[in-house]
Amino acid sequence: MQSPFGPQILFHLGPVPISEAVATTWAVMAALTLVSWLGLRRARPDGGPLQAALEILVTTIEGQVRAVLQRDPGGYMPLLGTLFLFLAAANLSPMLPGVQAPTSRIETPMALAAIVFLSIHWYGLRNQGLAGYLGHFLKPNPLLLPLTLLSEFTRILSLMVRLFGNMMSHELILAILVYLAGFVLPVPFMILGLLIGLIQAYIFTILATVFIGAAIGAVDS
Amino acid sequence: MISALGAAIAVGLGAIGPGIGEGLALAAAMDAIARQPEAAGTISRTLFVGLAMIETMAIYCLVIALLLLYANPFVG
Repeated sequence: MQSPFGPQILFHLGPVPISEAVATTWAVMAALTLVSWLGLRRARPDGGPLQAALEILVTTIEGQVRAVLQRDPGGYMPLLGTLFLFLAAANLSPMLPGVQAPTSRIETPMALAAIVFLSIHWYGLRNQGLAGYLGHFLKPNPLLLPLTLLSEFTRILSLMVRLFGNMMSHELILAILVYLAGFVLPVPFMILGLLIGLIQAYIFTILATVFIGAAIGAVDS
Repeated sequence: MISALGAAIAVGLGAIGPGIGEGLALAAAMDAIARQPEAAGTISRTLFVGLAMIETMAIYCLVIALLLLYANPFVG
């Protein structure tokens, strides 16, 4: 069986190897862009069904982010909304035959976690200033500074491994089931995979929101 | 061979604690929603974040098991 840690190289683009997960990521990005373009190319107050569906989606995400951050989510929606839409699409992509979820290889969650890690500090610095942001590491007690610094890294690590572990283990279970009884038995587990994929996308996004909220001083984490 | 055993023990034992913890958290959240259904949105959002935190322990065990199975540092 192939290791979930090693990349599956699909082809080489010059000297750069392109793995299967990266190619799927590009396809997901293209599909999302296409759907948004189709739905919002002629955006009107009385738009069509696709525009209405996209509006419902955006307002729902906005409401969730607003409830966690407790302030206007406008500046955070480009990151968090895209994160959720991309993750939902990427986690549900194995429903198409022959496609493997890019999130079930370690490189995609790693890249997303790195983005979240950098944006936490970016938003924190922009909102609280250098002194205020560095000061929030000293709260509640300066003695806990090593632990607060450590938790900055461990929570990002667990964010990454949570997404990767859930998606990968689900895929592994499906593979074992197909090997044992390949006909009807995997179907309920694939339906469960729909739920797992959406919940993991939601959890990743909401945790990123909570971390950003803690960095900008809106939430006590 | 022994590393496969180690992986099984890591996941098997490591899943017990988070399992109990998630059960307790879910039971408390159910109780809270039953008492106060209008706060269901806030409760379930907090519950999801909390469950994710509890789950972290099980996920660390899963990582150790995967490392033992696929990228064992003790096998040359």
